[in-house]
Amino acid sequence: MTFVAKPRVHHPKLPLNELGLTRRDYEGSVSTLCAGCGHDSVSAAIVQACANLSLPPHRFAKVSGIGCSSKTPSYFLSKSHGFNSVHGRMPSVATGANLANRQLYTIGVSGDGDSASIGLGQFAHLVRRRINMLYIVDNNGTYGLTKGQFSATNDKGSTNKRGVPNLYEPIDLVSMALQLGASFVARSFSGDKNQLVPLIQAGLQHKGMAFIDVISPCVAFNNHNGSTKSYDYVRGHAHPVVGVDYVAEAEEITADYAPGTTENVRMPDGSNLRLRKLDDSYDPHDRVGALNYVQTHQAQGEVVTGLLYVENDPMDCHDILRTVEAPLNTLREAELCPGSGPLDRINASYR
Amino acid sequence: MSVTYNDFVIRFANVNGSGSASANGMFAKALFRMGIPVGTRNIFPSNIQGLPTWFEVRVSEKGYLGRRDGVDIMVAMNAETFDEDVASIRPGGYLFYDNSKPLAKNLRRSDVHEIGVPLATLMLGEFSDPKQRGLFKNITYLGALAGLLNIEFDVITGMVSTQYKGKDDLIAPNIRALEVGRSYAVDYLQAPLPLQVRRTDKVGDRIMVDGNTAAGLGAVYGGATVCAWYPITPSTSLAEGFERYANQLRRDKETGEARFAIVQAEDELSAIGIVIGAGWNGARSFTATSGPGVSLMSEFLGLAYFAEIPAVLFDIQRAGPSTGMPTRTQQSDLISCAYASHGDTKQVLLFPSTPKECFDFAADALDLADRLQTPVIVVSDLELGMNDNMSAPFVWDDARAYDRGKVLSAEDLDGMSRFGRYLDVDGDGIGYRTLPGTHPDKGAFFTRGTSRDEYAAYTESPEAYERNMQRLLKKWDTAKTLVPAAEIVDAGHDCGLIYLGTTATPMQEALDLLEAEGIGVDTCRVRAFPFTQAVEDFVAKHDVVFVVEQNRDGQLRMLISNELETTPAKLVPMCYYAGLSISAEFIRQGVSDYFKTNKLPRLAEVSS
Repeated sequence: MTFVAKPRVHHPKLPLNELGLTRRDYEGSVSTLCAGCGHDSVSAAIVQACANLSLPPHRFAKVSGIGCSSKTPSYFLSKSHGFNSVHGRMPSVATGANLANRQLYTIGVSGDGDSASIGLGQFAHLVRRRINMLYIVDNNGTYGLTKGQFSATNDKGSTNKRGVPNLYEPIDLVSMALQLGASFVARSFSGDKNQLVPLIQAGLQHKGMAFIDVISPCVAFNNHNGSTKSYDYVRGHAHPVVGVDYVAEAEEITADYAPGTTENVRMPDGSNLRLRKLDDSYDPHDRVGALNYVQTHQAQGEVVTGLLYVENDPMDCHDILRTVEAPLNTLREAELCPGSGPLDRINASYR
Repeated sequence: MSVTYNDFVIRFANVNGSGSASANGMFAKALFRMGIPVGTRNIFPSNIQGLPTWFEVRVSEKGYLGRRDGVDIMVAMNAETFDEDVASIRPGGYLFYDNSKPLAKNLRRSDVHEIGVPLATLMLGEFSDPKQRGLFKNITYLGALAGLLNIEFDVITGMVSTQYKGKDDLIAPNIRALEVGRSYAVDYLQAPLPLQVRRTDKVGDRIMVDGNTAAGLGAVYGGATVCAWYPITPSTSLAEGFERYANQLRRDKETGEARFAIVQAEDELSAIGIVIGAGWNGARSFTATSGPGVSLMSEFLGLAYFAEIPAVLFDIQRAGPSTGMPTRTQQSDLISCAYASHGDTKQVLLFPSTPKECFDFAADALDLADRLQTPVIVVSDLELGMNDNMSAPFVWDDARAYDRGKVLSAEDLDGMSRFGRYLDVDGDGIGYRTLPGTHPDKGAFFTRGTSRDEYAAYTESPEAYERNMQRLLKKWDTAKTLVPAAEIVDAGHDCGLIYLGTTATPMQEALDLLEAEGIGVDTCRVRAFPFTQAVEDFVAKHDVVFVVEQNRDGQLRMLISNELETTPAKLVPMCYYAGLSISAEFIRQGVSDYFKTNKLPRLAEVSS
């Protein structure tokens, strides 16, 4: 970490987005994570994605659990409120926050300890509930803050810093999300900004729960030869399937989708998500196929990255509950309190 | 022959799932509609079908509605429990049973009156479907009881017509079954009995409703928009009550869209997490649970206390520890709620004792949580939550505005130089908060369970931590001035008696019994924690204070001695915790024995 405060001034030639803001307007406070931590790259990608989309920097609800990853919401979007809650329970807090105000962008950042161990149940049920949010797991396969214990996403046989192998089967959150009905599932690598930034943009624009599992190496405890979550390992074994470009304005949707070409997915705001197909056997709208593909390649030691599955026209939790358009936290007495009128009838029903 | 009117306990012994609940409920409601005060209790197993279940009605012209030991009329419809049911009848009482088969010799008692009605045989002639015979048997014994106890028959038949409105083909057979029972009683038995009911005017404008439904309705009136919950007996009907009334009262008339969101969560941890997330984001939110749920929610409750987030929780207590007796009542979560979570925590508690108070406190809790920026736990119990209790009717003052507490708007922020989330600007220990998304440049802050300074910046500074913890204590003192006041009756006696919640139900009867023995005590019904100044004064001015409560360890007594620094020696514990509700006789005996043992003066001696 650095102790040098960020200067408020920025380079005069930094590009301005549609709101007249620069990337710097989307940043947060200085990170206290280790130098080289993959999580900081994820935070930087969130900053870039939000600036690219010209989203108002104060209209986010940032929520997290406990752990290195969960500290990061203070390192981006400092004009928005953040909530560093309880270990493994970010999904429930995000659910409540999103129910209270459907008009904010909800971003949840979690870790592999947070989401795959203590909070696995909450992760699963948030997927089922289809909360409209971007859910990022900074996945480093280790418990950093408590000094390097294995997490549940570690591959069987991979070793810790002292060379001790992990004896247990890994939990793959991507496969779980696919199986539980997530409408947007992606995996990326913190070291691949070109892939990660468009994925985050797409996730932010997706209506429903957008899940991105980001392999994010821990330079202190899990960046050595025996680890399958190290920079070198992921760079050597990454297998991109579908890339995304974000196109702000609606363009004509191309119907063909042959290898090497593109497909546009219409987003709720009228913008387009352009899918670039890198592997001709892959169909990002086939849930079962995606699950099969991910697991097959996993068995071969490959880390499949990219947008693995996206559902067209998904429903979110507010659609399911049929809540009013106005955020629930803006409703006042006139909209909420039935008043003394109906009480006569109610009292009479109990006589 | 002397006749006793409107004063008895009747108990129905049934098999769970046999359809008896509706007939038994109609029995109680019929008396209530005749203006007679009734107290109802379901004593039921943790089971869906097959195990024994009892429904008890205390009928009392004087309005004594607490549980009373000893049964005057036993409606014994369960072969499995027949012997213990017969044994529970008071000498001189009545055994009502189905004499289609003769009663075994060993089940007979010479000191009770037997009332045999051949229910099964009567049904054979009336209904061809065996399932109908079973169901209408219940209605038939209700008809027979109407004849035996002199219940106004048109009150019951009127109820049948209302209950089955829309299913008209059910009305005629139900009324027929009632008539079959009543005719048998009138034609073949000595009806009515010397134990009877008669119309009176002791009900007034009161209603009969369960506390959970009342609290759910109160949450609708109080403006709750997010309800997250996990099913657990005996709290489930609270969330269901909220859902029912929200669907009636909170849907847009044109679009049908909901001005509320209800999530049945995957567990209690998630339920309270959703509530806290919604509270952080400015929506009034609540959950309902019981003791095991409070244990699971404790980590989150500490976060909400420390991070200062409004949240409302209803704890409908049952007998613990662990799964305990999930369908029996207790007041045994007082300590686990009062200090819920790790670290130094104190939680605001409200203690309702009637459905009206469940309704009122639901709305009050939502106001208090916003005002104090902290969790507020409404501590009820199974006795109040799941049984139909007589209560004053619900009232809402249309002039009442929600107290949303100290929340800054964008305009407020524009007028400020620097916003400090945890600054004690007003000296009441409560800071000003902002909601996410309020202002483009001002007011955003990071909420955390770790220590922070007055401007919400992370710090591990010892001084900043202590300042924050001291401010939270100041807020606690502010809470003492805002929570519902205790209900105190002070006639200047030397002895006081403190109680809370449903211990109120048998209290007047207990005090009347004591007075008849020449024993007078002042009373204080605590309605909130922290204790108000009046409670502190009450404890201080009495030489002896009985603390009457429904748990083993005297948890209210612990809270009093701990928070008010009262010497425990003057706090006399009186704990009933067997899982039924506390009776007037238990209270009478405890106080009376203490007076005898310690040779305290009686009222007559004092006045002479």
